[in-house]
Amino acid sequence: MGLLRSMKGDTGGLVLLAVLALVAILVPVLNLAVPADNPWHVSTFTVTLLGKYLTYALLALAVDLVWGYLGILSLGHGAFFALGGYAMGMYLMRQIGERGVYGHPVLPDFMVFLNYTELPWFWHGFDQFWFAALMVVLVPGLLAFVFGWLAFRSRVTGVYLSIITQALTYALMLAFFRNEMGFGGNNGLTDFKDILGFDLTARTTRVALFVISALMLAMAYLACRAIVTSRLGRVAVAIRDAEPRVRFIGYRVDRVKLALFTFSAMLAGIAGALYVPQVGIINPGEFAPLNSIELVIWVAIGGRATLYGAVIGAVLVNYGKTWFTGVFPEAWLFALGGLFVLVTLLLPKGIAGLAGQMRNLRRRRGEPTAPLPDTATEATP
Amino acid sequence: MPLTSPLPCRPPPRWLALWSLGLCLTWSLALAEPLAESLLMSSDDSATAAAPADRRPVAEPTAPAPPPGLAGTVDPAPPDAPAATTLPELAPAPATGPALATAAPAPADADDAAAAADLAAALAALTDRSFAVKEQAVADLAASGDPRAADLLKALLGGDLQARASDDRVVLTRRHGDGFALTDPLTGSDLGQVGRREVKRIVVNNRMRTALRAGIARLTLASPDPALRLRAAQETLTAPDPDSAAAMRERLPVEDDAQVRVLLQLGIGVADLGDPEPAVRLEGIAALAGSLQRPARNALRTLLASETDAEVRAAAQAALADIERLIEWNRHAQTLFFGLSLGSVLVLAAIGLAISFGVMGVINMAHGELIMLGAYTTYLVQGLLPNAIDWSLLVALPAAFIVSGVVGIVIEQTVIRFLYGRPLETLLATFGISLILQQAVRTLVSAQNVAVSSPTWMSGSLQINPVLSLTYNRIYILLFALAVFAVLLLILRRTALGLQVRAVAQNRAMARAMGVRSARVDALTFGLGAGIAGVAGVALSQLTNVGPNMGQAYIIDSFMVVVFGGVGNLWGTLVGGMTLGVANKLMEPWTGAVLAKILVLVLIILFIQKRPRGLFPQRGRAADA
Repeated sequence: MGLLRSMKGDTGGLVLLAVLALVAILVPVLNLAVPADNPWHVSTFTVTLLGKYLTYALLALAVDLVWGYLGILSLGHGAFFALGGYAMGMYLMRQIGERGVYGHPVLPDFMVFLNYTELPWFWHGFDQFWFAALMVVLVPGLLAFVFGWLAFRSRVTGVYLSIITQALTYALMLAFFRNEMGFGGNNGLTDFKDILGFDLTARTTRVALFVISALMLAMAYLACRAIVTSRLGRVAVAIRDAEPRVRFIGYRVDRVKLALFTFSAMLAGIAGALYVPQVGIINPGEFAPLNSIELVIWVAIGGRATLYGAVIGAVLVNYGKTWFTGVFPEAWLFALGGLFVLVTLLLPKGIAGLAGQMRNLRRRRGEPTAPLPDTATEATP
Repeated sequence: MPLTSPLPCRPPPRWLALWSLGLCLTWSLALAEPLAESLLMSSDDSATAAAPADRRPVAEPTAPAPPPGLAGTVDPAPPDAPAATTLPELAPAPATGPALATAAPAPADADDAAAAADLAAALAALTDRSFAVKEQAVADLAASGDPRAADLLKALLGGDLQARASDDRVVLTRRHGDGFALTDPLTGSDLGQVGRREVKRIVVNNRMRTALRAGIARLTLASPDPALRLRAAQETLTAPDPDSAAAMRERLPVEDDAQVRVLLQLGIGVADLGDPEPAVRLEGIAALAGSLQRPARNALRTLLASETDAEVRAAAQAALADIERLIEWNRHAQTLFFGLSLGSVLVLAAIGLAISFGVMGVINMAHGELIMLGAYTTYLVQGLLPNAIDWSLLVALPAAFIVSGVVGIVIEQTVIRFLYGRPLETLLATFGISLILQQAVRTLVSAQNVAVSSPTWMSGSLQINPVLSLTYNRIYILLFALAVFAVLLLILRRTALGLQVRAVAQNRAMARAMGVRSARVDALTFGLGAGIAGVAGVALSQLTNVGPNMGQAYIIDSFMVVVFGGVGNLWGTLVGGMTLGVANKLMEPWTGAVLAKILVLVLIILFIQKRPRGLFPQRGRAADA
């Protein structure tokens, strides 16, 4: 089987999948079967929190695919995440139906509030789950396709690409903040009631969402792994290391980039769609450039071009964030900022590369360990 | 090896020259004509704005007749200060009636005494029962030419001039509780308070009212102070009546102030529009043509609403259309100015970035926070010099340069130094630094925005004509941005440091081989870029809120400017910033501010597809690095 072959030699990945499987079984059991006063009981709040981390991990995976294996530092992946989230949010909004504050059978509350008389055209169809699910993948995918087609065809690379992806998410943020856009403006979409008929506040629904997130993450991991071990993946790595050479050999660099970028955006969209029902709100703040940069640092901390490193980084940083904002809310930005600096300076390969870095250091003891002036990515043809 | 210089020292391409020339031309065309006038206007305008304070000197050197300190102007409905609002310099507190009274007769000479006696006699006549006598009294007052007369007439018209019941003395009354506070109309001295019934109204009939208005108009239009005349002319223009028109006609031949003349002509024109004779109305239209004053437009519109004569109609329509075209032009000039102002802010914010990004290939995401540090330095300097706000900016400029510059050098030495050649990682590390700086300011100063005050010389606006005014702070910041740009260009082109910076940027290895200490040059370049960010912060503190997040608002825009203009080219930054600013403001009327910004972002994204390396791409060997 191709999948099995792709996992060969990927110890970290295997460990990750095993842990995921364990968590996906253990957490529901500890939540549902263990009574609340038992010390082993996992509260529903924790289940949701873990589920949120898993969706972040999925998002980080998407970023690692393009940054680690393709060398595209996207500072706009938060936009794809948020678009997926909005698609799911629109479905959840339509499910509220007459239970809204204004009790309008079709229009969501904010539309009644803003004096809409009928549903905007782009809200049609979102009362069907299949349609929403399709849009979760299609909208970010389409945006990534158009954007990537323009950018890669004209060979916008490196820093320029990073900056325009940032401009993309910034522009979307500004757009979604406008009330006229018909996406709830500043407040975004919230007050969700149920999904596919299941009450969103129910414990079982939460656990189910958590398990689905874990499953999705595992499947996405396998898919990404399959891609990076395929020929496509090897061309991608070659592009990352020496793009002009790959082009001279005769590969269509822009198509490879476009394919992976679009796929990655779709993964991000799925992550957003899983995130929204668990968190219960989606607002334009998710488009903030800060979010997109932050998720890049998850990948950097975990270790890029390893896939499982991205997952580790996302979970660790977000756990740290939860902990810090609870204990020293003041210190969180110091800690995050310090992480950015320390990781880029000291751990260019992240946590996943820590073991290897240690080994190298021991082996090269005595040799100068000054940072190299140029790395392969920056090599001139 | 041949040095194909890719750096800011390269002379700007020809079309850049054309662009800027075009910009200058449109700008100067739009402004040149009214500019000379505006300079006049602005100085006089500030005088009018400060009129209450300036009324005092009215009597001093120019007016021969009245004793100084007696140019008592009386507002029809004065607030709670005594009616004699204008006091001699020696008496700062308003409630010093006696002091005023003693000061008043001091420099009296024979003429003066006679004039005062005339006024007093005329005032006394006002209490007469016969309207004929009262009319004569009003005429006498109007003819006296005394600066106080106008205010007396106004008071009479407003019913504030009444007679005391006990002795029939004419007094100036002001409502005070249930009764009236009385002051002497001539000296302004306090005469105590009386009940409501202890004063008698001076009854005024319609003929007297007409005479009063005409007299007031004539008196104020004849005032020796051009600022007062200007105000009077403006007043009569906004509320025209036949009497004031007559006064204007009378005044026009002897008026020597150009601005007042313009207003007088307008006023006469407006009055002419009401004439039954079409030829006169045509003359009036001709007088109003091309004027941007609102009353002129209103008068033309009212005329059009009722005009029956075809020729006059056509002329009025043409004149109105002409005026509207002129207003449209001025609006365009204003949009252009706003655009250039926004552009100058963008250039200021981006130019430090252009140095570190363009010249060194370093992505400095903490650039916005260096701007923020500059703004906070301004705040701190103002806190240290609370009594010298006017000078604080001049102190803050070098201080901010040093603060941000030093922080920049520290960042370079501790972080960026180790990341050269890895631009994407520099991006992440400097982003981390930006978070730390933000939180540091939040912890050390406050999470709230802080208030930075503006020096007086930056507040107010330059009134170019009635429909176009430019705020001084934006003008100064525009000039400041250009100055910073020029200085930076000079540094890069003319100094040893600039030479070394360019050398290192072009070919690091070769520069080092020639003996350039590249590490030191890197640190200084980064410090320079950071220092300029600090200086930009000082300027921006005058335009926007100063808070821990202000840097983030600028970082994306600054990158857009640099990327749009082309990395490694200071001219690109200037043109890029100005273009984006103007484009933004041009779109705003149609789309609204947010959508304009979104559109600009989208346009930049599309533009990058077309020219992946910006407006002025680097060429040659350095471009591949």
